[in-house]
Amino acid sequence: MLIKTPKSWQLRESDATPEAIYKDRRKFIKGTAAAITGGIAGSVLGTEAFAAWTPGTKLPGVVKSGYTVDEPLTPYGPVTEYNNFYEFGTGKDDPVENAKDFVTKPWTIEVAGEVGKPGTYDVEDLLRPHQMEERVYRHRCVETWSMIVPWVGVSLADIIKRLEPTSRAKYVAFETLYDPKRMPGQNRRVLQWPYVEGLRMDEAMNPLTLMATGVYGEVMPPQNGAPIRLIVPWKYGFKGIKSIVRITFTEQEPPTSWNISAPHEYGFYANVNPDVSHPRWSQAKERLIGEFFKRPTLKFNGYGEEVASLYTGMNLAKQF
Amino acid sequence: MSTRAQTVSFQSLRLPHRVTWWLVFTAMSLPLVWLIATALTGGLGANPIEAINRFLGDWGLRMLLVALAATPLRILFGWTWPVRLRRMLGLWAFAYVALHITNYVAIDQFFAWDDIWKDILKRKFITVGMIAFVILSALAATSWNGAIKRLGAKAWQRLHKLVYWAAVLGCLHYIWMVKADVLEPLIHLGVLAALLSVRVWKQLKTSPR
Repeated sequence: MLIKTPKSWQLRESDATPEAIYKDRRKFIKGTAAAITGGIAGSVLGTEAFAAWTPGTKLPGVVKSGYTVDEPLTPYGPVTEYNNFYEFGTGKDDPVENAKDFVTKPWTIEVAGEVGKPGTYDVEDLLRPHQMEERVYRHRCVETWSMIVPWVGVSLADIIKRLEPTSRAKYVAFETLYDPKRMPGQNRRVLQWPYVEGLRMDEAMNPLTLMATGVYGEVMPPQNGAPIRLIVPWKYGFKGIKSIVRITFTEQEPPTSWNISAPHEYGFYANVNPDVSHPRWSQAKERLIGEFFKRPTLKFNGYGEEVASLYTGMNLAKQF
Repeated sequence: MSTRAQTVSFQSLRLPHRVTWWLVFTAMSLPLVWLIATALTGGLGANPIEAINRFLGDWGLRMLLVALAATPLRILFGWTWPVRLRRMLGLWAFAYVALHITNYVAIDQFFAWDDIWKDILKRKFITVGMIAFVILSALAATSWNGAIKRLGAKAWQRLHKLVYWAAVLGCLHYIWMVKADVLEPLIHLGVLAALLSVRVWKQLKTSPR
């Protein structure tokens, strides 16, 4: 069900609508131009917004969002060189090494399940109608380190609305590419491949939830999850599934990779919670990369104002 | 297996063995030298505290396996020189493990004793790691010749057989610590199993039926 009580963020949503219409208009003009001037001109215009999908390319048309954190950014180096992306190896410095030749163009995403507009979408078509925003989010890994990252992306809610989920859609499931030739880490069954993740519909529709395609104003490097990944800043980093190829709207809670791997350690929700300790790590504190002293972890990673209401009545120690 | 308490001091070694002793001593120090050099040149990556912790833990376990290789080398190849170096090898293993713990307590946790105590009690990989550290501390503390005399050779040897448990717990600590990729911990466990089975094989072969 998509009946929602008005929240403060809905003001932002209505702000964004004219932008989307504006972009649709541009797309229409581009399409017409392509029809008139032929394929070459059309393809040039059509890819203009995404230039070459190569890491390090500046993403054009990005607006700064109000979602920001009043703290210095974690530098580009650690953000792009210290990664958990088991598809490219289990060491923190494996992904930057093993993903450097990972080709992310062309890239299609299959949309399926309880949705009005299923189909296979080119990632650029999926994103194009929406405003690219830079959002500075806290990023908290379950391993108790954290970063402050300037992501670039579009609100997942905007994409979902356009795809018209049916009233039966209660969850959104995501799937990473499975291609051991391109993702060498998948040659070893460290996790069950492909990596899968999911959100409850209201979590997916929360305005904080971002589909990121860039970082530091540039096209996202492959080790960070190019060309498109999920960012859910109030949850542990492993919820942020990378290199997504499938989005399925479901009625039942979808399986999630780390929960499959160790059910007593990782739950479906994985909300950042200093009060619920993990068998491996106390979650009470975290080390912000670059700092010596650990700092206290904030409930919902500091985003409680925006998301705590999603979980009223739930026992977060049980549904962790 | 001999019941003779075997610890050989540097002074009692002949000259060629002293050269071997220094060569092996230097080799055992190399990972630590590398770590210090890399740390000083800022090469430990985005999370240097975690990197130091992993590195010292890895090498603590490996050095323990090196020390435990002395007897199998004698059994399999008749080499006696590794056994002469065993005290030094064991103390190096202890040094790496002690630095690993020091890094955890003093740098990673910054003496948050409350948190450290909870970690030891609640997290089984830390529990077993700490037990292994206590064992190794006891062995290091009784590694000098006077300790053998005071404890008596038999009791000393019984005490020092706890090293096998320290190694087993060290492997368990590693296996339980990793999230999903247990390949490397299992390789270490496999090496330990091989080293211990040489001893068991020898025992079975020489003991009367």
